[in-house]
Order: sequence, then structure tokens, then C-alpha cells
Amino acid sequence: MADLIAHGAAHGSASTHSPDLQHHFDNMTQQFEASNLGMWVFLATEVLFFGGLFAAYTVYRSLYLPGFEIGSHLLDVRFGAANTAVLIGSSLSMVLAIRAAQTGQRRAQVFLLVLTMILGAAFLGIKFTFEWRNDYLEHLVPGINFAYRPEWGANGPHVQMFFLFYFIMTSIHALHMIIGIGLLSVLTWMAARGRFSPEYYTPMEVSGLYWHFVDIVWIFLFPLLYLIGGRYGIGGGH
Amino acid sequence: MSTAVTEIPQESRVNYLNASYGVKSWLFTVDHKRIALLYLVSITFMFLVGGGAAVLMRIHLIEPAGALVQPETYNKLFSAHGIIMVFFFLVPSIPATLGNFLVPLMIGAKDLAFPKLNLLSWYIYVVGALFTLYAVISGGVDTGWTFYTPYSSTYAHSQVIPAAIGVFITGFSSILTGLNFIVTIHKMRAPGLTWFRLPLFIWTMYATSVIFILGTPVLAITIFLLGVERLLHVGIFDPALGGDPLLFQHLFWFYSHPAVYIMILPGMGVVSELIAAFSRKRIYGYSMVAYSTFAIAIISFLVWGHHMFVSGQSIYAGLIFSVLSFLVAIPSAIKVFNWTATLYKGSISYQAPMLYALGFIGLFTMGGLTGLFLAALATDVHLNGTYFIVAHFHYIMVGGAVMAYMGGLHYWWPKISGRMYPDMWARIAAVIIFVGFNLTFFPQFMLGYLGMPRRYAVYPPEFQVLNVMSSAGASILGIGYLIPLVYLIWSMRYGPVAPANPWGAKGLEWTVPSPPPTENFEETPIVTEEAYNYAPIPEGQHG
Amino acid sequence: MSSHVVPLKIYVGVFLSLLFFTGLTTGVAFIDLGPFNTVVALAIATIKMLLVVLFFMHIRSSSGLTRVVVAAGFFWLALLIAFTLSDELTRQWSPIPSGWGSGTTQSQPR
Repeated sequence: MADLIAHGAAHGSASTHSPDLQHHFDNMTQQFEASNLGMWVFLATEVLFFGGLFAAYTVYRSLYLPGFEIGSHLLDVRFGAANTAVLIGSSLSMVLAIRAAQTGQRRAQVFLLVLTMILGAAFLGIKFTFEWRNDYLEHLVPGINFAYRPEWGANGPHVQMFFLFYFIMTSIHALHMIIGIGLLSVLTWMAARGRFSPEYYTPMEVSGLYWHFVDIVWIFLFPLLYLIGGRYGIGGGH
Repeated sequence: MSTAVTEIPQESRVNYLNASYGVKSWLFTVDHKRIALLYLVSITFMFLVGGGAAVLMRIHLIEPAGALVQPETYNKLFSAHGIIMVFFFLVPSIPATLGNFLVPLMIGAKDLAFPKLNLLSWYIYVVGALFTLYAVISGGVDTGWTFYTPYSSTYAHSQVIPAAIGVFITGFSSILTGLNFIVTIHKMRAPGLTWFRLPLFIWTMYATSVIFILGTPVLAITIFLLGVERLLHVGIFDPALGGDPLLFQHLFWFYSHPAVYIMILPGMGVVSELIAAFSRKRIYGYSMVAYSTFAIAIISFLVWGHHMFVSGQSIYAGLIFSVLSFLVAIPSAIKVFNWTATLYKGSISYQAPMLYALGFIGLFTMGGLTGLFLAALATDVHLNGTYFIVAHFHYIMVGGAVMAYMGGLHYWWPKISGRMYPDMWARIAAVIIFVGFNLTFFPQFMLGYLGMPRRYAVYPPEFQVLNVMSSAGASILGIGYLIPLVYLIWSMRYGPVAPANPWGAKGLEWTVPSPPPTENFEETPIVTEEAYNYAPIPEGQHG
Repeated sequence: MSSHVVPLKIYVGVFLSLLFFTGLTTGVAFIDLGPFNTVVALAIATIKMLLVVLFFMHIRSSSGLTRVVVAAGFFWLALLIAFTLSDELTRQWSPIPSGWGSGTTQSQPR
């Protein structure tokens, strides 16, 4: 066996033993890269998880375009667009929070993380209290109180299919937002205690990746749900 | 190979088994080796439950009118057998036990990249298993492991939801394991350990992890949609409301076909290790085997429609899937040729692990060849839904994957436990398993060709002889599996203490003591050699 | 170990671009482009996604491996959608025979 391996130095390269270095890694660079890669691999699984929904949606939209158009027109574009802007803003505040950690500004980190959470909560607030509540009042919630309208004609079941996908996709997206806000609250607590520095901000970077991914999902959900078939001649809304 | 004890008795050396004591030190461990053992215990338990269901099924099928249970119960038996064996035994078996144990050791690392996620993946597995066992105990599910709609979503009066929740939860266990392996293999290889110096087992762990990552999430969302439809009675897969039952099948098989490669690729990795070690020879065509591993993983995602040839799927899609299904056989065949070429002029010894590896090559080849009949559209029409399919996949899953798992378990048992098992009993058990397996499943090829449908609780009387043969074989097979259970547990206490490298094999895992210390390596090794760098075999010593 | 610090104005610039494209896609939806409404909407969404991935998710300073992981995820999703549609959209292309030797065929009802 002696010819197979030569025993190397016990610990790797130049980086000092940071207190944040986990024992199975050789240095902080390896640890950061591993955490980064790990989150990206996880996001790849999320692409396929949401992707299954997008695939099913694509099938039914291609089969039932008229019903999907009717359904889409019943959504309020203004709320959808506003929510899109809110999420984009939250991605900005998230990336600025990471930047604040990279430049060692503790108060800015905390402020920006809290701002990100507020914007995330605003997104959920708009969705739950304005959009979903209105949909419930208008009998557009499949499995709960969905009611066909005569003007839909034979498209009735397909409009219901649209709203099924609308609710399922936005619910799962909202669930991911809630988890993200939970992650951010933990990060805020850590940042307030001065846990992060230019040398170690891995949890922020990795959580930022997650948050941006959830934003990207919405970037696709918005046109696919709210903007089907154009709204020429119709001002949107109910 | 002698099993002479030449080292310090293990009791006086600290290793991962005795480094700390007590239930909490096991349930809260982050050591990949201990987590591997946690998995070993859990999946063995599930194997026995799933195997028990199979025993009951084979007893029932001794009589054409059914000998044991009501048809409704029979449906629940084959569903439990399939769900448990697929999701709770075969999918995690090699990756979560041997993979967890060996990946860091084989690449010279101290642990996986994310030890706590590793422990979390085991707990997730256990929770998923508990949901599924609850489903079985509380009345059972009768949809088959494939949960086809609209039966599962609309008409079944069985425990679909708990079973579906169990499968959904356990999927995340696989995802975390795959994530861990991918990051570990990329980022934590020892200096000098380039990709083409890796043991082929690592290549298969990596490829399997890619399938975990890309396929399992689709199963999760599919099961979720099934649950939504069943609970809310909305029409995602219900034709009356515009839904398409075939959409369920597309989404389901997008994962479940690659899943069968999740089940076989690790077995192929084990076989590469066994063939090399017990021929004392480098695997012939190492790079082709490595490339084939990736080719299998990628092409496996392109063939799922061959499960749907007779479902009403478009014939044009069927054509595409059929061609691609033929294609996926090629890299598997390349591997079989390379293993066989490795044996040629090797110095072969026939310990139990090698018997399992040789059995794998023969049985996997048979299973794979019969898959070609199923890949052809015309013959699949005749054979689909019959026992031919059952025999085909059992040849691969049991004759292939389980035998590889048994071979790997025996090969690395000294490393895992620090003890040797009794080789004579191991060889006897391997032969009993081989004989029992063939007696169980070869008649099923004939039954299928003759037209006996699968998942039926009764059958025409003219099929009885073959069914009785199959059930007789199953009893032999069951005994064969119980024997290693006994002597492996026995060996943990009474087996001879194992040296670091009882087989004289190449590989970083054999450079550390048996069992290894918790941190695996005192110093990070530096690798300067190719894999399987055995000394050339002198003339006259070829096996 | 940290990636280099990206200038503030780049982040703000990306943010404003994202807002612009959101407005653009909403506005274009009110114009009748027929089937191209969908194409344009998806193209704009893709541009927005690329902006987030490239600048907010720091992929420009990440290894090639990370880019392969991202690309693989989307490519695999494309495979799922493409192959499923290859069935769903072509089912009506072939008639179903109505029995052995009956001599007549009928198209698949929808």
C-alpha cells in the first residue's frame, strides 16, 4: 500500500484556522465553494420541482387556450405587476445586504435584511388579502367554491383548470416565500450579533441565492398567469 | 485469501464504532459511517416488511383461485411490496449505506460536505417510512406502486394519502443524499485524485446523485398534485373536467424510469469494484465504463414513455421513446463487455463477493436483454401488463441490484464492522440465492409470454405448474436472504477480527484500519496512482 | 474567499432594468400580437431571469461548474416539457382502428 499514497500535510493551505471552519474542510475557500455549490444544486432540484407544475400547465394551456385566456383575464394585472415590482425590490435589498456584509457594515446588513423581509411580507399581503380574498368572494377557488359562469360556455371546466393551476402555483411559491422569510429572520438575528464579516458571510450568500430563485419563479409566473392572450381592449380586473 | 489476524485487536483501538456510546451518540451523530449504519438497519427492516408481502403473495398464487387472501387484499399486498421495495429499499440501499460509508473514504475526505444534512436525510427517510407503514397497517393502499390516476385520485377507497405522503417525504431524503454526494465528489477529493483516477464506484455514486437531483423533485410534485386531486376532487387528471390521466403517467415516469437506473447504477459500481479486486486486475476499458455511467444517467431521462406504449399515448411519441430505449441498452452492454474482459487472464478467486458479482453479470444481462423485447413497440403490446414485465424487472432489480448490494455488503463488511464473516456460509448463501432467484423468476418469463397478467389475484388453471415453481423458488430465495442476516450479525460479536485490507485490494478505503477511526484519515492522503493499480499477474497464475 | 464586491450602481442599474422590463411586458400584453404575445412575454421573462442570475446571483464570479448545474436544471425541464408535449399534441394525428378486420377507422375523439 505504501506506493499508492504519500502522506501529505495534515492541514491544507494558507488560510488560518477561522473559528467558522468546519472540521471536515481544509480551508474556508473550500467550505464556501462547497456551500455555494450545494445551494445551486438544491436550486436545480427546485427548478424541476416547480418545473413539473410548469410542464402540466404548459400541457393544459396548449390544449385549452380559450379557457385559460378567460381565466387570466379574471386576474387583476395591477396586483400582479405591483407584486412583481415588490419582489424585484426585495431582490435588490437582499443583494445589497450581502454587499453590506462584504464591506463590513453591520447596521446596513440588518436594515437591508429587515427591508427584504418587509417587502416579502408585502408581497404575501397583497396576494392573500387582495387577490385571493377577491377570488374567494367571486367564487373562483376550485375545490372550495368555484362556480361556472354562463358566459364561459363549454370552457367552464378549463377556466377551473386555469384557476387550479393559478392557486397551486402561487401557493407553492408563497410557501417558498414564507420559508425564505423564516431564513431571513434567522439571518437578521445572526447579522445583528455581528456574525458576518468580509471573511465569512456564507449563510447570507447562500440564502440570497434561494431568495433570488424564488423571485425568478415569480418572474415567470407573472406573464404565464396574468398576461395570457393579451388584454387588448380589456383593462384587466374583473 | 487467508483471514489471519495480524493486527492489534480492535478493542484496544478507538474507531468510529466505539468512539462514543449510548443511543444519543448514534441518533445525533454526524459521522457518515454511523449514518450509513443507521440506514443499514432501517432499510433492512423495510426489506423484511416488503419481502414479507412478497412471501404472502407467492403463497397466495399457489392456487389458481388464490390460496390465501381476498382479491382486494392481494392488491394491497402487491402495492405494499412495490412501494416498500422501490422507495424504501432499492432506491436508498447502496447509495445510503455503502455510498454514505465509502464516498469520503474512497476520495480521502474526513466526511461528506454536509454531515448534518446527511443525518437529516436519514430522519426524513424514517418519517416517510413511518407514514408508509401506517398506510399498510391501517388498511393498506391498493393502487400499485405506480398510483395511476384516475383510480388513485378518484375511485380508490384505500389509504392512498398516507402512502403518498410517505413517498413524498422520502423523496427529500434522496435529494439531500444526492446533493451531498455531488458537492463532496467535486470539492473534497484528495490531492492527486483526478476524475479518471477515481474508483468506478464513485463515478456511479455521482451519476446516481445527478438522477436524484433532476428526477426526484418531479415525483414530489406529481404526488402532490395527486393528493390535491384526491382531497379536493378537482380535475387535474380527471377527463370529465378536462384533465388527462396520461399527464400523471408522464410526470410519474419522468422520475420513475430514471429511478430504476438509480437502483442499478450503484450496483454496477459495486460490481466494478468486486471484479477488479477478485481478478486482481484493473477494470478493462476504465474510461469507457466511466463514460457509459454518464451515458446511462443521461439517456435514462429520455425513455420514460416506454412504460406507456399501450396507455393511449401518441404513437409518434411511442416511436421516439422506443428508439431511445434501444439506445440506453448500449452503455449497459459496454459495461458488461468490459467486466467480462477484465476477467480474462485475471487471477480470479471465488469468495462470496465475487460469486455475487458473477451472478450479477449473468442475471443483469438476462434482465437487460429481455428489456429489449419490451422496448420494441410491437412485442410490448403482447407483453405489457404480463408476468414477462415482472420477470424482466426482477432480474435486474433482484438478480442485479440486490445481488450487487449483497456482494458489496460482504466485500466491505470487514471495513464496516472490523470482523470477518464465515466465508463458507457466505458462499452457500450466495448459491442458494442464485438458485432460488432463478427458480422464482424464470418461470415468470414463460408465464408472461403465455399471457398471465400481472397484479391479478387469480389465474387460469393451466398456469399453475409454473406458479408453483415460482413460489417454491421464492421460499428458497427467502431462506437464502435470511442466512446472511444471521451470520453477519453473528460475526459482529464472534467473527475473527479483520485486518485493514483482508482482500489485498487497491483503494483508499483499504489504507485505513478496519473499522476506521471517526475522522477516517490521520493525514490527508496524496494520490499518485491510477485506480486498481494491481501488479501485473505473472504467467501461470491466471485464474 | 469572498467574491469581489460589485459596485452599487451595477446593482441599482439591474434593478431599474428589471422594473423596466416588467413594465414592458405588462404593456405589450395590451397590444394584439396574436401568438407572439406569448413569445414576447417569455422572452422578456428570460431576459429578467438572466439579469437576476448573472448579477444578483453572482454567477459571473462563480465557477463553470455552477453554470453547468444551472444549465442542466433548465435543460432537463425543457426535456420534460418537450417530450410530454410530443405525446399530448400529436395524439390526434393518428386514427384509432375500431377493431381487427372491421375495415373502418375513426379519429380519436377529444
